[in-house]
Amino acid sequence: MADVAVRAVELGKIYRIGERQSYQTVRDVVAAAARSRLRRLSRRSGTAPGARPSNGGEWVWALEDVSFELGEGEALGIIGRNGAGKSTLLKILSRITEPTKGFADISGRVGALLEVGTGFHPELTGRENITLNGAILGMRRAEIDRKFDDIVTFAGVERFIDTPVKRYSTGMHARLAFAVAAHLEPDILIVDEVLAVGDAAFQKRCMGKMGDAARSGRTVLFVSHNMAAIESLCSRAIWLEGGRTVADGAPSEVISRYLGTCLSVLNEHVWPEPELAPGNERVRIRRAQVRPEGGDPSDQITVATPFVIEFEYWNMRADAHLNLSLHVYNEQGVIVFNAVPAEEAVWQGRPFPRGLFRDTCHVPGHLLNDGVHRIELLVVEDLSRVIHRMEDVLVFEVRDADESRDGWYERRAGAVRPRLAWETEQLIAVDAAAHGDG
Amino acid sequence: MDQTPPARRTTVTVRPSSGWVSMRFRELWDYRELFYFLTWRDIKVRYKQTAFGAAWAVLQPFLTMVVFSLFFGRLAGISSGDVPYPVFAFAALVPWTFFATAVALAANSLVEQERILAKVYFPRLIVPAAAVLACLVDLAIAFVVLLGMMLVYGIVPSAAIVTLPFFVMFAAVTALAVGLWLSALNVQYRDVRYVIPFLVQLWLFASPVAYPSSLVPEPWDAVYGLNPMVGVIEGFRWALLGEAQPPGSMLAVSVAATAALLVGGLLYFRRMERSFADVV
Repeated sequence: MADVAVRAVELGKIYRIGERQSYQTVRDVVAAAARSRLRRLSRRSGTAPGARPSNGGEWVWALEDVSFELGEGEALGIIGRNGAGKSTLLKILSRITEPTKGFADISGRVGALLEVGTGFHPELTGRENITLNGAILGMRRAEIDRKFDDIVTFAGVERFIDTPVKRYSTGMHARLAFAVAAHLEPDILIVDEVLAVGDAAFQKRCMGKMGDAARSGRTVLFVSHNMAAIESLCSRAIWLEGGRTVADGAPSEVISRYLGTCLSVLNEHVWPEPELAPGNERVRIRRAQVRPEGGDPSDQITVATPFVIEFEYWNMRADAHLNLSLHVYNEQGVIVFNAVPAEEAVWQGRPFPRGLFRDTCHVPGHLLNDGVHRIELLVVEDLSRVIHRMEDVLVFEVRDADESRDGWYERRAGAVRPRLAWETEQLIAVDAAAHGDG
Repeated sequence: MDQTPPARRTTVTVRPSSGWVSMRFRELWDYRELFYFLTWRDIKVRYKQTAFGAAWAVLQPFLTMVVFSLFFGRLAGISSGDVPYPVFAFAALVPWTFFATAVALAANSLVEQERILAKVYFPRLIVPAAAVLACLVDLAIAFVVLLGMMLVYGIVPSAAIVTLPFFVMFAAVTALAVGLWLSALNVQYRDVRYVIPFLVQLWLFASPVAYPSSLVPEPWDAVYGLNPMVGVIEGFRWALLGEAQPPGSMLAVSVAATAALLVGGLLYFRRMERSFADVV
């Protein structure tokens, strides 16, 4: 068996809520000290609410009791929802922040790409930034000199190499930044979702480089929301949830378990008690669900699947002119479409009596692109006033259908992925002789 | 991708550090190239971003010298001994301006580079140290002007000038010591940023820039030496302008004060360092 490259033992990291992204002013400290003094006084007098940790504020384990061993040359994918502790784990392993508990042995040179272009300075030229960025990422000077030409060629910025980076286009900037990162050759490569930037071609190149790194025997730790990428690049995956390891094993297994929970949790919401349901004195939501046409909310939806979005709600007032309006957002926060009951024949334009109603919206297959989609619900009165609004009332994943996949990681660009009729015909046959008649 | 021969493969253990951490000087040495590059960047950026470039390094102390000569030299009639007041003031303003700029830049260096701190590991000590070192270029430029002024006034430095590198280093170490404290505090408490200009201004008047330290009466001069810039400035004047007696006991007190500031600063910085990435 190969040598161990990374051994993490019971790693834990605690944060005070709010501390992670903030600093204090002296005034805050003085105020906090005064508060704790007061609290102590009130406790002494027996009226203390108590139950808070000693120095105020609440603490959260961003990472708790995470252990694993990673052999040399293994590629580990780390998945989980936002805030699950993925980035914290990478930051601890790349020594940016210290663990609160546990330890990790790391053997070999670590290259951490938590961001591309770290330390790029707009006033410096491309040439100067390559040198600087390389040094920041941990390259030796001789190494940078040796790889300099390759980096410039890879980025395709030969003509602008002595121009300050502030004059670069966004694309050039990203290419140069990635080119430096791609030429980092550490024993252990730590990558955090840097592939989320740039266009499809750029992402493909990034993935290619990552694949090279994994195949050339480097140890790779890779955080991503791109399940296809994890599945194809990694030999193993860890799923983190609330700072803890939920699953550790073969990527396909871990990923399907992870996606499974995402789907069943968010594809359906039921509020049996009207008093506790979201809404107001006019309308209360009872149930919301997304399911494949003729299926259950737990069934998978692929790009080819026709599906329904369904809401049940109580109308609390007689003679209300109601209609629902649905906004379907994709991962980029773009509204892919807005659905309204324009085609609904029975109730449109009629006043609703009090009672329970159900609206079902049928979405054809081959419409949405793959990815996670969110639904925002608006209840509109008299076609003009929004009387109730719920963001992210449903969150569902449209998976890539196997048969329509044209590459192992490529995603078709665009918010929609319609299946369009298409013809190609040859109109004129041009042979070599006819071509030269000019 | 070319196959680089495997370098020495060291094992690093990441664990929570407790209490006062060690200095890890060896690691600093390993990162010397990054230190060089960050210093180089600070110098480049400073001279690229400003329209007057190097002129600022001269203009600031020079104009201050003119104002001081007018108000303190002429109107207030402060004695500068055998040396003409403008040279007397400028010889102090050269190390003072260096110190003031270096402290301000070092103090803000960590906060300004929070993005790097949050994304890459390296010994954080490099950041304020590079900021201080980059200011030496300003000092060198201003120093050339000082030599020009001495030439104009016909002042020939004595053999004491060989000690000047020591005083330059002393000034740099003092700036680093103060910079370490302020930069680490600045990460934790952002009001430090607003305190710095005020602090530097007060410090200017507590240092013998506009007046000679001989103005301070006998029993107090040792206490006065607790301000390390007293030692630095008196040292500069002695080394360059050939004032009669070397700054003896006062200098010793200043060196001791800087040493204490530096050791304390290093310890404090190292202790705070581990939480920088969580706080910035």
